[in-house]
Amino acid sequence: MTLPQLTASIQRVPMFRDRTNAIATTVLGAAIVYASYRFVTWGVINAIWSLPQDASSQACRAIRGQGACWAVIGERLRFIVSGAYPFAEQWRPAVACLLFVMLYAASAVRAWWRWPLLGLWVLIPASVITLLRGGVFGLSEVPSEFWGGLPLTFLLSTIGFAVAFPFAGALALGRRSQLPAIKGLCIAYIELVRGVPLVTFLFMASVMFPLFVPQGLTIDKLLRAQVAFVMVIAAYVAEVIRGGLQAIPRGQYEAAASIGLSYWPTTILVVLPQALRVSIPALVNTFIAFFKDTSLVIVIGLFDLLGAAKAVIVDPRWVGFGVEAFLFAAIVYFGFCYAVSQYSRHLERVLVGRG
Amino acid sequence: MTVNRWWMVCLAAVLSACSGAVTEDPTPPATAEARAASSTATPTLESVRRKGFVQCGVTTGVAGFSTPDAQGEWRGLDVDVCRAIAAAVLGDAKKVRFTPLTAAQRFTALQTGEVDVLSRITTITFQRDVQLGIEFPAINWYDGTTFIVRKSSHVQSVTDLNGATICVQPGTTNEVDVADYFRKHKLTFTPVVIERLEEVTNAYFAGRCDAFSQDQATLAALRARAPNPADHVVLSELISRGPYGPGVMPNDQRWLEIVRWSVYAMVNAEELGLTSTTIDRALESDDPDTRRFVGKSDGFGQMLGLDAAWAYRIVKQVGNYAESVERNITPLGVERGVNRLWKDGGVMYVPPLR
Amino acid sequence: MEGRRRDVRAASAVISTTQTPAPVAIGSTRFWSSARTRSIIWQIVAVAVVVGIIALVGLQTATNLRARGIASGFDFLGRAAGFEIARGPIEFSSRDTYARALVVGLLNTLRVSLTGIVLATSLGVGLGMARLSNVWIASTAARCYLEVIRNTPLLLQLLLWYALTQELPGPNDALNPLPGVFLCFRGLFFPSLLWHSGFPWISIEQPVLEGFGFRGGASLSPEFAALLVGLTTYTAAFIGEIVRGGVLAVDKGQREAASALGLSRMQVLRLVLLPQALRVVIPPTTAQFLNLTKNSSLAVAIGYPDLISITNTTLNQTGQAIEAIALAMSVYLAISVSLSFAMNTYNAAILARGGRSA
Repeated sequence: MTLPQLTASIQRVPMFRDRTNAIATTVLGAAIVYASYRFVTWGVINAIWSLPQDASSQACRAIRGQGACWAVIGERLRFIVSGAYPFAEQWRPAVACLLFVMLYAASAVRAWWRWPLLGLWVLIPASVITLLRGGVFGLSEVPSEFWGGLPLTFLLSTIGFAVAFPFAGALALGRRSQLPAIKGLCIAYIELVRGVPLVTFLFMASVMFPLFVPQGLTIDKLLRAQVAFVMVIAAYVAEVIRGGLQAIPRGQYEAAASIGLSYWPTTILVVLPQALRVSIPALVNTFIAFFKDTSLVIVIGLFDLLGAAKAVIVDPRWVGFGVEAFLFAAIVYFGFCYAVSQYSRHLERVLVGRG
Repeated sequence: MTVNRWWMVCLAAVLSACSGAVTEDPTPPATAEARAASSTATPTLESVRRKGFVQCGVTTGVAGFSTPDAQGEWRGLDVDVCRAIAAAVLGDAKKVRFTPLTAAQRFTALQTGEVDVLSRITTITFQRDVQLGIEFPAINWYDGTTFIVRKSSHVQSVTDLNGATICVQPGTTNEVDVADYFRKHKLTFTPVVIERLEEVTNAYFAGRCDAFSQDQATLAALRARAPNPADHVVLSELISRGPYGPGVMPNDQRWLEIVRWSVYAMVNAEELGLTSTTIDRALESDDPDTRRFVGKSDGFGQMLGLDAAWAYRIVKQVGNYAESVERNITPLGVERGVNRLWKDGGVMYVPPLR
Repeated sequence: MEGRRRDVRAASAVISTTQTPAPVAIGSTRFWSSARTRSIIWQIVAVAVVVGIIALVGLQTATNLRARGIASGFDFLGRAAGFEIARGPIEFSSRDTYARALVVGLLNTLRVSLTGIVLATSLGVGLGMARLSNVWIASTAARCYLEVIRNTPLLLQLLLWYALTQELPGPNDALNPLPGVFLCFRGLFFPSLLWHSGFPWISIEQPVLEGFGFRGGASLSPEFAALLVGLTTYTAAFIGEIVRGGVLAVDKGQREAASALGLSRMQVLRLVLLPQALRVVIPPTTAQFLNLTKNSSLAVAIGYPDLISITNTTLNQTGQAIEAIALAMSVYLAISVSLSFAMNTYNAAILARGGRSA
């Protein structure tokens, strides 16, 4: 191979397209390769993957800084995945996670976007709650104080989304309504919820909700957090749906009016289906955002995936291995969110492409 | 318009599944005024009897006061108070469920009804009693605020901590005590505020701060589980008083009395020389105090809304005060000190069961 | 419903059978007036329901507060706080009032938010340009950064940054990158300026390691550093995408015209595309600024004393949760409203000046 031929074939590679590219790639590339080398040495080569049962973490501490201690994940994996759930019944949170993943997978198949899918969105969360709580079908009862870890993340985001959706639709329609009172109320609610941090809503739920109900009525802490999420998700999803509604051309309204449809039939039969279709990618992105935001429940004392990871490193045996625990949680979150966001991009191409 | 109505069935399923999350007091509102009129208004007692267990607010894990052991059973001085209440009210000291609470969360948990009684090394102060409106029926441990420091820092007294970085927990009297003491003596310090006890302990051991301020018995317990206890020292100088006691909500006189006399019963038992092993023999005793205690005369149990053997069960299932201290506090190397009975030179002086 | 269907069928029958469809009003004028009455009735019902729920909840809350002996009102603001706050922008001791404590919290929030906004914008614009650049590795590295940041929770990133600051050495082995600047897990210590009344009027105070740590000089706590870095990197990712979208939205003809003038790619980006992209970019970027301010409330999880953190301590100490949370929410609403207002004004000014609609 002659030099010009070699140069030409190198220049086909985007990294070495031209001189700037080549220099930048060499310099940055060297830095990135070095950093990756250090990371792989720390994370894979020098790492300790498991410790014998009941051994102290001395071996891990000895290599602190040079090697990662993934044994912390291995030993506490059951805690991270199922929280403080009774040991013998930990198959139930695992099945719950599986059911949720199945729900998301089923919702991703566009051929199945029919009304029965809504039924699935109600049925699966209901069955998960029954499964986790127990008390029926021979399952032992497990109060919600013991639920935690990954199932909590799925539960809060999925049920939050499912329950908030109708409210969000109503809010979006109300905001675009001609009736000034209803419009004002909806705007006030949406702007209030969107202008305030989610953490304040969680505090409000945790501390104030019990004051709102008659004495003698005790509300589960998890239910309070769930209601807070529903309130917040409704406002954000309302804005997404409103964006979709705004994208409907005027002609649709006029055509519907011309065949004599009044407000509600127009809305339900003509406008909403189109608006929802257009806003599906944005809705999926909102779902990802709230899936990540469920990690905030740690501030009110609930333990979702992130909370469980944080609780692991408080154990004196594993104190100081925060980087490993958080990296593991990050990988789980990243895996799920990246997959869903890629799906959302695919949807956007397909749906908007079909226009 | 073709809308499938069977989703309503699913909604009903969801609601019925969720109904377990919301429990309701079956007492009809018609008796509310009757309750308000009578001085034996006692929503908590009725709720505890209906639930079948006492919901006890405890720490997230302080050895000696409330901590789960290797089998997951909660043990400690404060845990024994809750078990005594359960033994008195429900007949079984095991009918207790525990809610771990941080110092910052504990009062809201009590105020929102999440727990029936707060037995969580809570210092009794004017602010908590009057401003927060929490009732403290009894004191079960006398203590005070001090510091744990590293031996290598050569700190002999609190004034040596001038300019130090001190870890505190938000919502504790220790936080306020340290601030007041340092201001009074014109010393300065940098606070590091961390909420959870395990995290602040780890921060101290990792060197994030030079000293950690808490109650003396708690610090002794923490030092015992340090990676190298010999490197740390708990100062014996107390900068404030800190009487601990269980807390209950106001406007519930009967429950308050039950909690109070459960604690007093344990101390009275020690005075009378009744232990968990000797209480059965004491059933045959002729001593009038003992007969009253085990319920053979005067019917004190019924006056409390309980049965006659309430105090007997407390001592039989949980033990007297001395046994509780020996079981929980003494193994940590903490001296009973002022918590001895008054006749032994301490300040444990409770009203007699008479 | 049945009557409606009949009307529709009748109307469509009329439309299909007449040659020149006359404007047929479906229903008579009474339809219009009864619709108006209906709308007024709906509005009254809606407002009544909302007011009714609020009143019911309010009554129950008042009853519960009384029964539990919890005080009401804002008097607690005048009482002594009784807790300390780590060194902040203004003097505060445990003897100062709760009101002052909340002000310290607010100043801390503003401090981290404003610094974060400035840093995130710079980093974000840089990221956007990297994504748009011709340098493959820069563009791909920026893309990877973006994907990682956007698909992990912000709280997780904050905790990771905080864990990293705790991996730094102790005060005795502190890193000393510049003279007078020390970096250890207790924080970043650097020299500060002091004002004197006499000569010299300004002097520099260096942090010195003695006794328990560094005395003198100024410091940044690891909590502040972790919060700032976390918020900056997170928001910069989103701003980068917004900038990229804005630049790509500029008319292709502008790019072609600029390169026809002989400008280099970087010059095209900087001089022609970015200024025009500003119009498209300002509204979503302002939304990101607002998100950053709201996200600074996560400080409560890593121990930085911002407004929410101090509100949390206040409500736990006084028991007056409703007043404390209402105060915090009002403050954030005020910030969000003023930010939206500023953005609208700026947007209007851009429109008036530029003529091209956003």
